[in-house]
Amino acid sequence: MAIVLHRVDDRLVHGQVVIGWGRPLGATRIILVDDQVAASDWEQELYRMGVPPELELEFVPVAAVAGNAPGWAVDPRPAILLTGDVATMAAVCRAAAPVGQVNLGGLHHKPGRTERLPYIFLSEDDYHVLEGLAATGTSVTAQDLPTSAPVALGALR
Amino acid sequence: MSEPLHGVVVAHGALAPALVGETERISGRTGVLQAVSNSDCGREEIEQRVADAVGNGPAVIFVDMPCGSCFFAAMRLGRQRPDVKVVTGVNLPMLLDFVNQQALPPAESAGRAAGKGADAIRQG
Repeated sequence: MAIVLHRVDDRLVHGQVVIGWGRPLGATRIILVDDQVAASDWEQELYRMGVPPELELEFVPVAAVAGNAPGWAVDPRPAILLTGDVATMAAVCRAAAPVGQVNLGGLHHKPGRTERLPYIFLSEDDYHVLEGLAATGTSVTAQDLPTSAPVALGALR
Repeated sequence: MSEPLHGVVVAHGALAPALVGETERISGRTGVLQAVSNSDCGREEIEQRVADAVGNGPAVIFVDMPCGSCFFAAMRLGRQRPDVKVVTGVNLPMLLDFVNQQALPPAESAGRAAGKGADAIRQG
């Protein structure tokens, strides 16, 4: 399977993703699903400036996930698929089903969200969307780094 | 007279206050540098912290590494502000030089800081 991690992280591409997860998983590319970044050449250039040269970045709008998913599934290059919020990951899971596992890596405080873990703040809507994903067979866990223990969705209620 | 240049150190965890504190302790120059941590915040909040620390005057933002939320936040502000420049790979030698070079324009200061920081890396 080409995508080795589906992660929700509101910092998008950053050290925990590139180094913390990317190195142990042997990821050679990051697929960032984000409509704003996919529409901005400047943002894409910024992210390319920031990552190691051996890491490939692909910027994809949500609407293009369904068309790209079959290619991702057979691509031999290990990839991390990243979204900045729960709703976008849910859209990915619908468009690229089945997705076996979703990692909640970092969702920080915003109005309407409450703390579930020091690095995970969710709104009630977020939680219900994640419950819906779990009901379709996707395992949802929170885990900021590979060296920390995963926390099951039920413990985030 | 134009506003003096100031520096903002943006880094992971407790690194920024440590670098600023040690720069002040060694140089005796206080009030030139401000520390910003990315701890416990998402993208928008990091960007707000950086913008608040930079304020309205000319500044150089020093960030710890090019691949990270600190770098991206600093670069987004720098894009909107021609009087704000960004240097990555912050280290103590570049900060110690910077605190005595406040008369330089931001672009020249950033170039000098990058050079001083690189010059300080040696292999034994």
